[in-house]
Amino acid sequence: MITSNLPALQVVVPLLAGPLCVLLRREDVSYAIALLASWASFAMSILLLMAVLENGPISFAFGGWEPPWGIEYRIDSVNAYVLLIVAAIGAIVITYARPSVAYEIEPQRRYLFYTAYLLCLAGLLGVTITGDAFNVFVFLEISSLSSYVLISLGRDRQALTAAYRYLIFGTIGATFYLIGVGLLYQTTGTLNMADLAERVSTVTDSRTVRVAFAFMAVGLAMKAALFPLHIWLPNAYAYAPSVVSVFLAATATKVSVYLLLRVYFTIFGTPFAIQTMGLGDALMPLAILAMFVGSAVAIFQPDIKRMLAYSSVAQIGYMVLGIGIATTVGLTAGILHLFNHALMKGALFMAMGCVFYRLGSVRLEAMHGIGKTMPWTMGAFVVGGLSLIGVPATAGFVSKWYLILAAFERDWWWAAVLVLLSSLLAIIYVWRVIEVAYFRPPSDSAATAAEAPSVMVVPMWVLAGANVYFGLDTRVSVGVAQQAAKSLMDGGV
Amino acid sequence: MSHHFVIRVVGKLLIPFILLFGLYVQFHGDFGPGGGFQAGVIFASAFVLYALIYGVDKAREILPDDVLRVGIALGVLIFGGTGVVSMLWGAPYLDYSPLASTPSAGQHIGIFIVELGVGITVASVMVTLFNLFARRGGDDELDAE
Repeated sequence: MITSNLPALQVVVPLLAGPLCVLLRREDVSYAIALLASWASFAMSILLLMAVLENGPISFAFGGWEPPWGIEYRIDSVNAYVLLIVAAIGAIVITYARPSVAYEIEPQRRYLFYTAYLLCLAGLLGVTITGDAFNVFVFLEISSLSSYVLISLGRDRQALTAAYRYLIFGTIGATFYLIGVGLLYQTTGTLNMADLAERVSTVTDSRTVRVAFAFMAVGLAMKAALFPLHIWLPNAYAYAPSVVSVFLAATATKVSVYLLLRVYFTIFGTPFAIQTMGLGDALMPLAILAMFVGSAVAIFQPDIKRMLAYSSVAQIGYMVLGIGIATTVGLTAGILHLFNHALMKGALFMAMGCVFYRLGSVRLEAMHGIGKTMPWTMGAFVVGGLSLIGVPATAGFVSKWYLILAAFERDWWWAAVLVLLSSLLAIIYVWRVIEVAYFRPPSDSAATAAEAPSVMVVPMWVLAGANVYFGLDTRVSVGVAQQAAKSLMDGGV
Repeated sequence: MSHHFVIRVVGKLLIPFILLFGLYVQFHGDFGPGGGFQAGVIFASAFVLYALIYGVDKAREILPDDVLRVGIALGVLIFGGTGVVSMLWGAPYLDYSPLASTPSAGQHIGIFIVELGVGITVASVMVTLFNLFARRGGDDELDAE
């Protein structure tokens, strides 16, 4: 009974825990509920991944209404993997969250923070798990609306502007997606993804389907912050409360990239997306520009959270480059980077959350000599930074390795060179922080700072450690990514 | 507002009927046009009208913020909880068939409860939104008592 309802519970548990927090209202109770629900989601995502790897895709008919008429949750190796990423980050972040939330958010708003956090988690999990194109939109809105709220809780007044800008962009993106779904529904009469995939392939020469493809591609690129549609991202991540930056940077854009994969390869199918619509040719230049512009702008940011946000723009470029290469190896690299980037950006933003907790600022000038007073925090930053650059024995190396392999496989040696060159830019911006933190005399605030509380340090090091672990033992991360890429290329659902 | 005699009398006359109509739309939703969302909006409009005539503070005495907050959360929980109950009876999540002796009666009860949840949440959210905008410039905090 419980196991057969696992796909529903994966989303329902955080979704219902949210209003429960509003009802009970007390901060400590809300935190306990959020903690419990997030870890329960994580456990369920592990069970689902194991079930999928063992027995193949799982289909769950909502309310007993059989697909394609009812809403279907469909879990295969692709979204089971993404579910695991999102739920794992959700659980680790909430464990880390409490001191940071207590420091940055006013007491009477904290229960609302946990509510919005749970709803955001439920939305992201829902987008990932569902097999219904319209249901995706509903969950996309749940996660987006709650993330606007989360961002606007930031201390700086600029957080409101940042959240508003994200709201405008997010709404346009979601609307474009919905227009695309509407056009597809008009031509095929179905909303179920598997059903859509079957029917779309018979009507691909119609203009309606092409327009639908264009709308969905642009809308989702906006949500995924693909260059040049990324301008909402840096401010949103920079001014959001630290915990929110960690959570969104490690999950939200990943889910959008997953959705891009789903729409391109599952609904429209590889031949249509790649050959007819020339998806690879369109994504390739954008991905490369994202890699370079994102990294180059990151170098000049005095605010480290902003720097990391621009670096995220660059990293999304790597993922999209993998998708644009459009081979099984390319997709493997893209999906793998999705996983690895969640690990490294999670660790890096968590380190910044700890710094902010002690210094009240993450600007470079405040962080002089911080490496001596907060060794664990900056140690995690160094590990995350090395992974971001792609140093061997870190997770970042593995995904870049596959990316370069994929480029060589298609004889695009220039793409491989560009990946390496943009990694050099990452060295510059990571080094700036390391130099200031370790080789400068401590500033007044840094000299008196103490190490962050262990509730924050331990989850941060779990992620930092995961960067090293998945850099050395790639069986799980690469294995599942390969399987996912294969099933996407074969047009499997 | 004491001099707006006509408005006060007409308002007093109308408000009970608006509430009644809201309930009708709510509970008739499964047989005719209507349902939880529409009913919630109509129900909330009665409180909005009351607040327009007698002032927001008076309206908040009748429907305090705490009650609204509970309403917002409770409605969603009723909706989701119905699914959980059906799951506990061994059916898939949100399959209402086992809620009564026959599947069709079960589906009926399920929809009825779910729509009630929708109605409660929508009405509470509508009134809260109105209160928030009406109180702008004063204490704009949802939880400020």
